[in-house]
Amino acid sequence: MTAVLGKDLIGLASLTPEQIRLILDTAEPFKDVSERPIKKVPALRGKTIVNLFFEASTRTRISFEFAEKRLSADTVNVASTGSSVQKGETLVDTARNLEAMRIDMVVIRHPSSGAAEFLGNRIRSNVINAGDGKHEHPTQALLDLLTLRDKFGKIAGLKVCIVGDVLHSRVARSNIWGLIKLGAEVAVCGPRTLLPRGIEQLGVRVIDHVEDAIQWADALNVLRLQLERMEAGFIPSVREYYRVFGVTAERVAKAPRALTIMHPGPMNRGVEIDSRVADGPHSVILAQVTNGVAVRMAVLYLLAGGKPELADAAKGAAVPD
Amino acid sequence: MAVEILELARGTDDLALIGIQRRGVELAERIAKLIESQEGVVIPRGALDITLYRDDLETVGPKPVIGPTHIPGDLAGKHVVIVDDVLYTGRTVRAALDELADFGRPQRISLCVLIDRGGRELPIQADVVGATVKTSPGERVDVLVEELDGRDEVSLIRPVRAEAAT
Repeated sequence: MTAVLGKDLIGLASLTPEQIRLILDTAEPFKDVSERPIKKVPALRGKTIVNLFFEASTRTRISFEFAEKRLSADTVNVASTGSSVQKGETLVDTARNLEAMRIDMVVIRHPSSGAAEFLGNRIRSNVINAGDGKHEHPTQALLDLLTLRDKFGKIAGLKVCIVGDVLHSRVARSNIWGLIKLGAEVAVCGPRTLLPRGIEQLGVRVIDHVEDAIQWADALNVLRLQLERMEAGFIPSVREYYRVFGVTAERVAKAPRALTIMHPGPMNRGVEIDSRVADGPHSVILAQVTNGVAVRMAVLYLLAGGKPELADAAKGAAVPD
Repeated sequence: MAVEILELARGTDDLALIGIQRRGVELAERIAKLIESQEGVVIPRGALDITLYRDDLETVGPKPVIGPTHIPGDLAGKHVVIVDDVLYTGRTVRAALDELADFGRPQRISLCVLIDRGGRELPIQADVVGATVKTSPGERVDVLVEELDGRDEVSLIRPVRAEAAT
């Protein structure tokens, strides 16, 4: 059997609905592993994984590292600061040098869209995209899908609205691909300056007022307002943004049904989301974080192994009953 | 087999049955029910999926479906009987032993299989065997159980010769 996901995980745009469902189904038993007294299984014993982070990250990097360690892989973390990247080494040179030390997988976070695919096409190791520019953040979308599936039992037919800075968000892009492939209805809501032009062509509805989004949706995925972009004049001010688009307790109280609240983190409390909502009874924000480890374990597990050439060599060797 | 397990465990006091996914789980359930109806006690039982403990991920690749693993409470001091449908190379049992060790330290672990088909690649033997069948490597032994397959059946499947297939 060849690897079921191919060599790399770059984004959800290139996955089939079956592959996405396979990852979610595979994540289920990995949830249990993290609840065991010994939170470790030997599935990736002897594999070496490099976490190559060219951008700040806490949650994603630690989540990947936990996932790798709970699968018994050996891990090395490389950050752009304090590495030879600062001396001007190119991405491919860095990765090839790492490969020369016999690694098996690279998890990459990079500010440039397309960096993960670029690297995947140039090295033999499996490459997992942990966020590339404004392109995709597939494992975040997968953990969002898993959290929604846990909550609602299925994805098909759900109405999910992504609220906020969609323009700069790779989380939004990956979510849109994943949700649509699994049959959900997707809307985006935010200031027009922060919505990509032509986003309707992805099959997404645009809702201008957050009050309307709350009326429409089963779940809101509230994005972080990327404060570092504020100088660029996308919105008048943070206070203005909160007044018009903030997901506040008063607004959520008018929802016709219990509205599930998601946020990929890190949260700007009082900017895009009200603390009373973030910590409220319908928030699944911490469940998302828990599911992140399971989903990443599933992806690592599915990408590892299944090397056809090795399978040929082992032919004749009996498969255990 | 239920009687043999009782003899082996000298009673039901510390006994726990753990089936290996998937057919082993059903067999463990049946044996536990038999013991319960005879002895009038509840036997703790669990399920083990050994997929993540296999030694052939590199060659065979990931298995798409991983079943649930459920261990009944603390294993320390217990006499755990692993139940599986077919014993062949012994690699599954090796993986199960490793996995059990991550859940605790039973007093004793025994092995109970419905069919022993020979062909061991590891020094592992069953303590309780339903039937021993002589087979060769190309053949397959399929155990069907009513709970999953709609009927109880054990069949020996001989490979179709390559010449005959063309």
